[in-house]
Amino acid sequence: MKLEHNRPLLITLVVFGLLVGVAAAQFPFILSGRVVGNLLTDSAFLGVLALGMTVVIISGGIDLSVGAVLAFVSVLLAVLIEQHQVNPFIAFACAIALSTGFGALLGSGIHFLKAPPFIVTLAGMFLARGGCFLLTNDSIPVNADVYQQLSSLALPLPAGGRITLSAGIMLLALAATVVMLRSTRFGANIYALGGDQKAARLMGVRTGRTTIAIYAFSGMMAGIAGILFSIYTQSGYPLAVVGIELDAIAAVVIGGTLLSGGYGGAVGTFFGVLILGLIQLYITLEGTLSSWWGKIATGTLLFLFIAIQQLMLMLSSRRRRAAGK
Amino acid sequence: MKAARESIRRGAPQLSALIFLLVVNWVIFPPFFDVSLVDGRLTGSIIDVLNRAAPVALLSLGMAAVIATRGIDLSVGAIMAISGAVAASLVDAGHAWYVAVLCAIGAGLASGLWNGFLVSVLRIQPIVATLVLMVAGRGIAQLITAGQITTFTNPQLAALGSGALLGVPAPIIITVAVAAFLIFLARTTALGMFIEAIGTNPHASYLVGIRTRALLISVYACSGVTAAIAGVIVAADIRGADANNAGLWLELDAILAVVLGGASLLGGRLLFMMTLVGAVTLQALKTGILLAGFPSEFNLVVMAAVVSTLLVLQAPPVHQWWAKKIGGGRAVMAPWPALASRRARPPGKPKP
Amino acid sequence: MTAHRPVLQARGIRKDYPGTVALDDVDFDLLPGEIHALMGENGAGKSTLIKILTGAEQSDEGRTLLEGNAVDFPDTSVAQKAGVWAVHQEVTLLPNLSVAENLLLGFQPTRFGLVQRSEMKKLAQATLLDLGLDLDVERPLGGYPVAVRQLVAIARAVRTDARVLVLDEPTASLDASEVERLFALIRQLAERGTAIIFISHFLDQVYAISDRITVLRNGQRVGTYFSSALPKVELVSAMLGKGLEDAVEHPPSGSAQERPVTACFTRFGKENLVEPFDLDLHAGEAIGAAGLLGSGRTETALLMFGVLKTDSGSVLMDGQPVRLNSPSDAIRLGFAFSPEDRKTDGIIGAMSVRDNITIALQARNGWYRKLPRREQDRIADTFISALNIRTPDADKPIEQLSGGNQQKALLARWLATEPRLLILDEPTRGIDVGAHAEIVRLIEKLRDEGMSLYVISSELEELTAYSDRISVMRDRKQVCILEGSDVAINAIVSAIAAPETAE
Repeated sequence: MKLEHNRPLLITLVVFGLLVGVAAAQFPFILSGRVVGNLLTDSAFLGVLALGMTVVIISGGIDLSVGAVLAFVSVLLAVLIEQHQVNPFIAFACAIALSTGFGALLGSGIHFLKAPPFIVTLAGMFLARGGCFLLTNDSIPVNADVYQQLSSLALPLPAGGRITLSAGIMLLALAATVVMLRSTRFGANIYALGGDQKAARLMGVRTGRTTIAIYAFSGMMAGIAGILFSIYTQSGYPLAVVGIELDAIAAVVIGGTLLSGGYGGAVGTFFGVLILGLIQLYITLEGTLSSWWGKIATGTLLFLFIAIQQLMLMLSSRRRRAAGK
Repeated sequence: MKAARESIRRGAPQLSALIFLLVVNWVIFPPFFDVSLVDGRLTGSIIDVLNRAAPVALLSLGMAAVIATRGIDLSVGAIMAISGAVAASLVDAGHAWYVAVLCAIGAGLASGLWNGFLVSVLRIQPIVATLVLMVAGRGIAQLITAGQITTFTNPQLAALGSGALLGVPAPIIITVAVAAFLIFLARTTALGMFIEAIGTNPHASYLVGIRTRALLISVYACSGVTAAIAGVIVAADIRGADANNAGLWLELDAILAVVLGGASLLGGRLLFMMTLVGAVTLQALKTGILLAGFPSEFNLVVMAAVVSTLLVLQAPPVHQWWAKKIGGGRAVMAPWPALASRRARPPGKPKP
Repeated sequence: MTAHRPVLQARGIRKDYPGTVALDDVDFDLLPGEIHALMGENGAGKSTLIKILTGAEQSDEGRTLLEGNAVDFPDTSVAQKAGVWAVHQEVTLLPNLSVAENLLLGFQPTRFGLVQRSEMKKLAQATLLDLGLDLDVERPLGGYPVAVRQLVAIARAVRTDARVLVLDEPTASLDASEVERLFALIRQLAERGTAIIFISHFLDQVYAISDRITVLRNGQRVGTYFSSALPKVELVSAMLGKGLEDAVEHPPSGSAQERPVTACFTRFGKENLVEPFDLDLHAGEAIGAAGLLGSGRTETALLMFGVLKTDSGSVLMDGQPVRLNSPSDAIRLGFAFSPEDRKTDGIIGAMSVRDNITIALQARNGWYRKLPRREQDRIADTFISALNIRTPDADKPIEQLSGGNQQKALLARWLATEPRLLILDEPTRGIDVGAHAEIVRLIEKLRDEGMSLYVISSELEELTAYSDRISVMRDRKQVCILEGSDVAINAIVSAIAAPETAE
């Protein structure tokens, strides 16, 4: 779809541009490669999480379990690597397999029980959080050498910046999600499901299979995000990132994806995540602003985007009715 | 009287679940039902269960009304944080306790009106509309407390959380009073009927002349107010407002309590009494886990199991299977009724 | 039109729904390359027949033959693979996807698993150009008018060489030029040999496009005719089921006109929906609204009850101008409205019969003045016995009653408010014979007691029996009001079948 057909993304880009403008006017150095590189690194795990959420939301669903899955993966990795001396890469593979399977399980629940995604993934959230506590109650630091090496891996950027492994993986995940949504039949089916499930079925989309795959994808992304988070914090903690699923949802909506499904894309989400990161960065740099302004700003942006989307929806249906129904 | 007996009969599965849990608690911990008077205040495990259930019970009363209209209110936890922050900051600044409480409830009302406005005027899906305040609300609460955990010493306000009247802890009294008021309202006015009508068939309700828009706003406003009262109680109990953690995730507990009480998320059933039973059941479960010697973290896993069980029991395919197996259909499957495959249309949206 | 053997045949199709027989021993033949119109009022069985032919539902008896071979379509996708497609009025495409994706969903050209977007674009453009459509295929379908969406839905069907194409009310929301465009496409497809079943309630369009017409009524086939040899008046009477000769002469009452006017609608209307009309309703007068499906009858009722807001005209009650912006306004004025679709707009399914009967009165009284339970019981019991509503008790959820009893309960709901003007939209549709007669008697009784009634019905015999005057609707317009001895079936039929016959 061309940009002209994608007004919400346009609005996201404008908001992003304005934020960069305001921030750069006050703190010119944020345009440096180093700050950009850090912004990408700091946003990496939220970014990956939000990409999975984007796919779910486009399909008309929601996944509340992702934050808890992320935390579970980080705890699992810490336990496996530190307490059971498992090779980190094998642990990574286990984590991704487990989280993908968990997502598929939630998707099956939604499809076979015909239950609302909100409630099914809520149960998933309880289960995954509870699972964290079954593994440990404490924060477990990870001291494996591999972690040191992985977190120092980076591609140099001009002007002193660098793309760390985390940032690189997020960008790869972004590229993969974009390709999947835009250029596969599966991607088209995701949009179809979000547009109108009944029509999609009439047009030959296998809704059950697609639903399960969508939540499996979201679970996989949560698993990857968990690995990134584990490397980022070099520890596993059961109470980590409580409420991050809200940030992920907010990033998706601010990125121009319609919460009711059917419209949106991964690029917007990427910028949505950067907007959230920029707000945090600005608040930190400003010094006098307190951290809660971040939540208020996020909530305000969320409201603005929802209101704009609703307005556009109402206008377009009115226009359609005016044009002879 | 007839109506009361009727609701008890229909709530039999919920009541038996609660009684079963209480008995299990009693088996695990024989002094469970022992109650004694300490410093003019009733104490004992069972009182503790009721006392701890109070905030969620309050939230779930408002949530029950919202869910009966086919909506949902995700912002109640954040509203609790806001109202607690308002109350604590005001008494801290030297205002009288009742001024603080009234302003806190006013803040809850305003929050609820905002949600209602989004849902019924802008016609945003409830889950999306209330998400806004869920995200921003804690920020607002922190703004009010300037990021601190605002503590206070005002004895009257603190009494709302930890005081007692005739030995009964204040939170229980307040919850019972609010519940009694709401039940009175639902029984003696037509509001209960109208709310169930909107949740069952929004368009037909509009056509019989019910002012669906105003009613929807009021329902969200009510949810805001009950959340605010819960927020005041929690703040009063700990003599401070913790904007970060007050009411955290309690919206989920409240939704669960409503569903446990036998209402359907598809709307159409307004069951205040059974919702209270659901809230107490939830707390009895949590207390039981502790009494059984499991770490409190185990709660989450049990909650997951409860939600999953509810999901399976309520699933339309399972219903059909039951109906076929047993015959008789609905009557036999009374535990989670009103979940026949009614197709939803967004609330208040007139058909073109 | 080629006279080969039929491409699609249906023999002895029967379909039962709980309580009604939707289709009873229906035969149907479709020749290759013909445009075959299927006509009938609501409930005649058109949509059921279409569903069975296209695999959306299965018949209880009878068989379907495709090019002479017995076929069995368990679902629509099997039928589509066999070349039988349906395009419904509610276009079942996805407005959020691009035109090209809608056209090719599930058949996108791929290489190494990746959709080749440029190839998809070319393919889509070529398909559409072939049908004379030049669109930007990368734009979302929702941005195009319904007419274009309809054409795209047809294109999706014919792209796969459909042998049989069912068009269900394709012109319902199109303007004249769009209809022309659609017709050109339909003719083009027919020339290629595609057999087309065309459903429309616009008689002129049916005559303009179809080769043959099959009329269904009450689940039975009335007959199949060559369009060129079937006068319009005969078609209408075949559909409405009343021979012109057996028209019952209506005893001219005339007296109602002398009674005071209850409500007076002047230049009342809404753009694109109903042309402004004048209507005055007298106390003790029943006005019947006649017209085919889609003629604007229901929309008129919705306007009169404030469900749809007018953009022109005014209402006078007892000579005073009044506000009419919502159903609650209308109810306060003493209006009542029983909608056509009982299930979605009428009953509040899971609630008890008692609540369903008292809710309109309660809504008018206001939430704070609750009817005492005893009063509710009294009202419910009164109407249950007065209208003979068959239910074990007033506590039974209304959704568990039969259609006729639901309808009576809905009438009770409004009678409880003691309305001055009662608007009924198809009050006797889909209910059993006994209840039917009771409702007709009730309408006459209410009229005689001084209520004003506006009754929409497709049953002309019934309509002429109780109406003092008949408002005839055609093409979203009130074309005339019949009075006195003109309140007769033949006059109505010819007014509906106009313009030619009227001239």
